[in-house]
Amino acid sequence: MTRLRLHAVVLFVVIVAALAGCGSGSSSDESSAYSGTLEGSLSVSAAASLRDAFDAIGDGFTAANPGVEVVFNFDSSSNLATQILEGAPAGVFASADEANMARLAGEVDGDPVIFARNELVIVTRPDNPAGISGLVDLADAGIISLCGEEVPCGRYAAEAFVLAGVTIDESKVTRGQNVTATLTAVTEGDAVAAVVYATDAIAAGDAVEWVDIPTEHDVLASYPIGVLAGAGDSELARAFVDFVLGPDGHAVLGEHGFLPPA
Amino acid sequence: MALATAVALAFFVVPLIGIVERANWSTIWSDLSSEEARSALRLSLLCSVAAAGISIVLGTPLAWVLARASIPGRSLMRGVVLLPMVLPPVVGGVALLSAFSLRSPIGGWLDDALGIQLTYSPVGSVLAETFVAMPFYVITVEAAFRTMDRRYEETAAGLGASRATVFRRVTLPLVLPSVVGGAVLAWARALGEFGATITFAGNIEGRTRTLPLAVYLELESNRDAAVALSLVLLVVSLAVMVSLRDRWLAQP
Repeated sequence: MTRLRLHAVVLFVVIVAALAGCGSGSSSDESSAYSGTLEGSLSVSAAASLRDAFDAIGDGFTAANPGVEVVFNFDSSSNLATQILEGAPAGVFASADEANMARLAGEVDGDPVIFARNELVIVTRPDNPAGISGLVDLADAGIISLCGEEVPCGRYAAEAFVLAGVTIDESKVTRGQNVTATLTAVTEGDAVAAVVYATDAIAAGDAVEWVDIPTEHDVLASYPIGVLAGAGDSELARAFVDFVLGPDGHAVLGEHGFLPPA
Repeated sequence: MALATAVALAFFVVPLIGIVERANWSTIWSDLSSEEARSALRLSLLCSVAAAGISIVLGTPLAWVLARASIPGRSLMRGVVLLPMVLPPVVGGVALLSAFSLRSPIGGWLDDALGIQLTYSPVGSVLAETFVAMPFYVITVEAAFRTMDRRYEETAAGLGASRATVFRRVTLPLVLPSVVGGAVLAWARALGEFGATITFAGNIEGRTRTLPLAVYLELESNRDAAVALSLVLLVVSLAVMVSLRDRWLAQP
C-alpha cells in the first residue's frame, strides 16, 4: 500500500510539473537576463495569414539574438484575442484587424502600431473551372469558402461584397475558422472559390488561380502589433516588435506580399 | 491511492461544474431559440439519427460476419472496421476527402454520372458521422452475437426453421438490447462529431454546421450561446449515460 501511495504521489507531481511546464511559455529566465543581451522565451500570437512571414522573421530575430527562443501561436485573430482574454500566455499580439486588437485594449502596453497591410483576392481551383472573374460571379458559383464572420478575413470579405453590391446566400458559404482553413477548402476540398489575402494566394502557388478584386471594391487589411502588458519579459517582447517594425521585418513582410503601412 | 482517485475524479467533475457555472441562465432560452442555434440543433438531430440508422442497417450484418463467419483475414477486417475509433477524426475527414472529393475518382464519377456531390452537403455530414460512429455500433453488436447462447438457434434450426427465420425470429430478438445500446452509443458519437465533419463537409449554416461546429464558431463571438449549446450536448450525453446505465453503471 505504501508503495502504491508513493507511486500516486510521484504521478501527481509529474502531472503538476507537466501542467506547469505547459503554461510557462512566455516567462523568461530572470536571473540570466542582463542588459545588452536578450535571453529567454517569447510567445507571439499572430494572425494565421502571418504564418510564413513571421516564421521567417522569427528565424531572423533568433539569429540576431542567439539566446532567445520565439514560440508562435497562429490562428484567426478573433480566436487568438479570445485565448489571450482567457489567459493564454502571449508577449506579443499581431492581429489582422484593428477590431480584435481593440478587444485587448486593457491588456496592451502602449499603443499598437500598424506594421503591414494586405489586399483581398479571389482564389479558384487551378483552371478556374467556374469561370469566375469577379465578386459578382461568386453569388451563383456553387459552394464558396469565406472566413468566419468574426474572423478578420471574413469581415473584410463582407465589406468587399457590400462595396461590390453582391449578396451571397449563406447556404452556399462554408466558413473557415481562420484564413488558412478557408484557403484549404479550395486547395484540398471542393469549394469553388475563396476570398483570402493576397499573401495566402501567393503562398499557395500553383495550387490556386487568383482573380483580382478591382481596387474600388477591395478592402485593405491593416495589421496592428502590440506588446501585452502581462508579458513575462516586456523587454524581449518590445525587442521583437521593434524587429518587426525595423528594416529586417519590413523586408521579410515585403517578400511575402504584404504592403507597407499607409 | 485515495489521493490519485480523488485527483482523477476531480479532473472529470471540475470541468463539468465549470461549464454549468459559466452558463448565462437569463439568456439561455433566447440563445437556444435563435435561428442559427435551431438550425444547428435540427441539422445535428437529422444527421446523427441518419448516421445511427445507417450503422444499424450496414453494421448489423457486418457485426454478424465478424462474430460468426469463419473467413480468412477476419482479425484484419475487424481491425479496419474499428480503426476509426482510435483514428483522430480530422484524419478521417482527410481520408474521406481523398476518397470522395470531386477530384477523387469515386467523387468525380458520382458527380459526373449522377450529379451527386458529397462534400459540403448534409449527406457529407452524415457520411463523416457514420465513419466515426459505426464502429461503436459494430463492436457492441458483435460482442452480443459472439456471447449469446447458440443453443436457441440450434434448437430452432433442429425444428426445421430456415437460416433466415432463425436469424429473424431467434438471433435478432436475443441481441436486440445490444442493437439498441450500440445504436444509442453510435448516435451519441455522431452527435458530437467535429473533426471529420468540418474537414469533409465544411461549415455551412443550415447545411453542414452541426452543433459542435456551431459551438466552436460561437465561442469567438457569442460565448453565452456557445455555452448554451454545449449544455444541450452535455444533457444529451447524460441522458445517454442514464439510458445505458444497466450496461455501464451496474456493479460487476
